[in-house]
Amino acid sequence: MSKLNELQVGAKLYEIVLSPVSRLDLIKYAGASGDYNPIHTIDDEAKKLGLPGVIAHGMWTMGNLAKLFTSYYEEGFLQDYSIRFQDMVFLDDVITLMAELTEKEETKLKFSVAAINQRGKEVLKGSAVFALYE
Amino acid sequence: MLSESVGKKSNKVRNTVEKGAVKKFAEAVGDLQTIYIDEKVGKNSRYKTNIAPPTFPRVFDFGIIEGFKLPSVGLIHGEQHYHYERPLLVGEEVQCYSEVHSYVEKTGSFGKMGFLSIKQYGEDINGELIFSSEQIIIVPEAVARGLGI
Repeated sequence: MSKLNELQVGAKLYEIVLSPVSRLDLIKYAGASGDYNPIHTIDDEAKKLGLPGVIAHGMWTMGNLAKLFTSYYEEGFLQDYSIRFQDMVFLDDVITLMAELTEKEETKLKFSVAAINQRGKEVLKGSAVFALYE
Repeated sequence: MLSESVGKKSNKVRNTVEKGAVKKFAEAVGDLQTIYIDEKVGKNSRYKTNIAPPTFPRVFDFGIIEGFKLPSVGLIHGEQHYHYERPLLVGEEVQCYSEVHSYVEKTGSFGKMGFLSIKQYGEDINGELIFSSEQIIIVPEAVARGLGI
């Protein structure tokens, strides 16, 4: 794998395509995060709010997206990570995670990040600042 | 009612970055990198221990803000921001607290909606900031009405 600080502005990180979202994914995230809002695990509760079924925790998708940067931990760390939740993620959706280098300073790399579903719709977008160690 | 809570802070709560919780969390977001879970990799890293994923603070207890309670349904998580001074270290203690930062109402195509900002902070045992985060929660009008705003 090439080093993050060798990338030039406009370069993209390797995209990650997640397995179709499963109920077990959301149950696991509920357990690991302590977010037991039933809208994410129980269809009847989601339907009461007019949804066709459960939706993923926005934080599940945001948590997944951060892994685009994890393998570069020897070079630095994620200093700022900002996300706007754009649309809902449903069961069986196939989410693609992506990041593109938008600005480069001596010790900071700024990326735009996004997660899109199988219809090409952005479900989440934002930015990330990766701080490089001296 | 929500705007009256602006500026209110919670008590500080001591949390530990637990090894097992980090592993469970990393698994749940499909990010089983060795720096999070392999002790040997942690020991050989610049931190001399494992670190936690950036969205891990979701797990922490940020205390109770007196007189401030949100309904459990009907709210929309609009935005989430994290800022780190350094990564969270597995095994360390973190003092966490939260603050109602702001509340504004806007009228758009979906009617009137409230935008609530909650900030959260994590400090080391010496009171030095490790991270801060901000959650923007969208409160639809019907939910706001239920709160008697």
